[in-house]
Amino acid sequence: MVSPILELTNINKSFGHVHANKNINLTINKGTIHGIIGENGAGKSTLMSIVFGLYQANSGIIKINGKEINLRSPKDSIINGIGMVHQHFMLVENFTVLENIILGFEGELVFGKNLEKAKKDLKNLCDTYKLNIDLNSTISDLSVGFRQRVEILKSLYRGAEILILDEPTGVLTPQEVDELFKILRSLNEEGKTIVLITHKLIEIMDLTSEVSVMRQGEMVGHTKTEDTNKEQLAEMMVGRTVLLRLDKSEVKTGDVIFKVENLSVKDDLDVTRVKNVNLEIRSGEILGLAGVTGNGQTELLEALSGIRKVESGEIYLDGKKVSDRQNFLDPRELKEKGLAHVPEDRQRMGLVTDFKAYENLIFGYHDQQPFSKSSILNHRDIISHSKKIMEEYDVRPQSPNLVTSNFSGGNQQKIILSRELNEKPKVLLVGQPTRGVDIGAIEFIHQRLIDMRDRGAAILLVSVELDEVLSLSDRIVVMFDGKVVGEKENKNVTDRELGLLMAGVI
Amino acid sequence: MATVDKSKVPWWVSNLIVPLVNLTLALFVSGIFIFIAGENPYEAVRLIIYGSFGYIEGFAYTLYYTTNFIFTGLAFAVAFHCRLFNIGGEGQAYIGGLGVFLVAINFSFLPVPIVWLLSIAGAFAFGAAWAFIPAYLQATRGSHVVITTIMFNFIAASLMVFLLVDVIRDTAQMGPHTVALPKEQWLPNFKDFAALFGIKIRYSPLNISFLLAIAASVFVWFLVWKTRWGYEMRAVGHNTQAAIYAGISPYKNIIIAMCISGGLAGLLAVNEVLGVHHKIVAGFPAGYGFTGIAVALMGRNHPIGIFPAAFLFGILYQGGSEVTFDMPNITRYMFVAVQGVIILFSGALENLFRPQIENFFVNRLNLKAKA
Repeated sequence: MVSPILELTNINKSFGHVHANKNINLTINKGTIHGIIGENGAGKSTLMSIVFGLYQANSGIIKINGKEINLRSPKDSIINGIGMVHQHFMLVENFTVLENIILGFEGELVFGKNLEKAKKDLKNLCDTYKLNIDLNSTISDLSVGFRQRVEILKSLYRGAEILILDEPTGVLTPQEVDELFKILRSLNEEGKTIVLITHKLIEIMDLTSEVSVMRQGEMVGHTKTEDTNKEQLAEMMVGRTVLLRLDKSEVKTGDVIFKVENLSVKDDLDVTRVKNVNLEIRSGEILGLAGVTGNGQTELLEALSGIRKVESGEIYLDGKKVSDRQNFLDPRELKEKGLAHVPEDRQRMGLVTDFKAYENLIFGYHDQQPFSKSSILNHRDIISHSKKIMEEYDVRPQSPNLVTSNFSGGNQQKIILSRELNEKPKVLLVGQPTRGVDIGAIEFIHQRLIDMRDRGAAILLVSVELDEVLSLSDRIVVMFDGKVVGEKENKNVTDRELGLLMAGVI
Repeated sequence: MATVDKSKVPWWVSNLIVPLVNLTLALFVSGIFIFIAGENPYEAVRLIIYGSFGYIEGFAYTLYYTTNFIFTGLAFAVAFHCRLFNIGGEGQAYIGGLGVFLVAINFSFLPVPIVWLLSIAGAFAFGAAWAFIPAYLQATRGSHVVITTIMFNFIAASLMVFLLVDVIRDTAQMGPHTVALPKEQWLPNFKDFAALFGIKIRYSPLNISFLLAIAASVFVWFLVWKTRWGYEMRAVGHNTQAAIYAGISPYKNIIIAMCISGGLAGLLAVNEVLGVHHKIVAGFPAGYGFTGIAVALMGRNHPIGIFPAAFLFGILYQGGSEVTFDMPNITRYMFVAVQGVIILFSGALENLFRPQIENFFVNRLNLKAKA
């Protein structure tokens, strides 16, 4: 007999004019793995943050084991047996695993008896769930996958019966994902209830026994996983049928217009992050760069776009050398030579979020005609240009005078894309073009990139989403630890193969 | 407490009502001070209003103070748009005085209007030069401008005392000041202006620098919002990383913003040296540089806000001196405290009642819309 462990009734939550959760009803049964799926911005994380006590609902009832409770802070949730593993880990990097886990629950002023007991309990937990963690290693020495396990262990130690995981696989290699799923299954076998928030259909199909779908702040469906399929779930998520694969025409590639030779780049801490990388991109070609976050892609993109200094090696654009250790063009000069760059992190780099939309739509091109003439900005032309490209790229709302931070993530991304693509660049560097963007916009963005390629642009696509790399690229290179560890034509490549390369196994 | 939907708040609520409420509260608290000091707060307010508006010379004084606050307020605001906290307005104004004086005295053979223009340029250039050093250190070495500009205030003060005592002192006089500039170079005074219309008034320091302050306000508005320079400065200020991405040099913009800021502070010397004292007097910036920070913050770093904020401080300066004159229990320092309270309520505690006030109006408008 299944009994509900967590029941939500009519949960509402608004942030300003954004109604993030509308009348949400959700029942999670004891001992299940329950998936919550929805596009980015559908309200999944908000809902779970309410359950974890990070946010307070504007209205609604939360029941745990049939008892109505009031969750005012994460502490209340922890007491009630709810644990959460966030997308971004909440760990102190220079503490050991043990120190991180007991943080806030030390229980004594001078470590002694309680600490020993904690050690023993944690060892037992590790053994029971095959977590395989050394309690004395420092967090900064651990890989992302292990850090996530530390988070899981932390929740278990604090007595979690319900474990919520928010997009747990976003930062993992396919192999690490397999490991994680193994752990989650064994937790489930021991009677724990698991809530998995994700926007990846494949994970839902793989792991869960029940699934709930959210769309635009509303709960649009509940079902047993075995009674549904990917296509049906995708349709529920988006509210219409979606093409999961892109139609891509064959294009004859032209000359090599962007070339990187023996490039090495250091980061701000003087660590070499890009090691002897060689790349060639032809016109009419999308080169996909796959890799787990933090393997040098960021530094590579920054060096190629002129933001970061080249340590050694050369970069050629159109057959002419544009950068080496001594001489390099700055981002503006590269733009003039026809190189556009959509940066990985739109809010940190691609936009000034306090600027109005029209100011961001000319960002980096603001010194060119007709936007400015002898240093004076031409307001009228800027506005009419902004209106035009906002319409063309379907940026919503279409108000150039709105401050950029009021746009949703997907629309902010469209602002950047419209700005960079509008100049018809010869070379386009794109980092994570669809991170945090909903499915409808992903389709649109992908189509635009294909159009650019068909028009003869050379595109370097850097993405941690394997699906994206696989569906867009003509050729794929994999980066691991700053080096290019593999290069493949995008024909019959499997994500399995790429995953092994990404993990540095072969 | 529910969050307020920012886009539904009418502009006049956040830009007029909220500051007015804060100001009223500040005055109320100040009233308590005055009451404790043993004077009648109501009477004090009456005196402030009379002193700053009640008679023409008083009003002229108010506008004279306003002029200084506009210059230093604009100076702070320009740097702040590049997220630089230039608290060196005091020193930049002081050195600006040197620029005005040296130009005026050395070019006295030229026609007077040209000397004026050159002196204004001199004030701007010297103020800018004094701000350039901290700017350069910030841009290349990361030495924080808050530290360096405040140190440069002290250096400026010491340097000027040295110059005024040992180098450019009027040797015929005892005080640490220079010789007076030739009379024809003195900026037209409000008294002369009034005389044109047959109105006879006593002396007041108000002069045409007031118009220069208005012009500077227009210049700052244009610079910050209508030019590429202002655009780039704001980009660097809001998001340096993004600016680098867009090919905008933080180095260049930090220096430009600080130099323009220093130059605007330097213009204060046009009012003081060319318009009022007609020579460099030791310590003439008299704290205007620091009060300018409060003026800019209260005016939300926008010329349209800086003007009323500067005017308010002008009223307080002029009305305050009237009060200290008539009320023996109220000292000059009392009014420094009143200024402090105003800065506290409209600066540091600016958002204390904002959500409640905005909520109130949004709810009212919603009700109206429903009805």
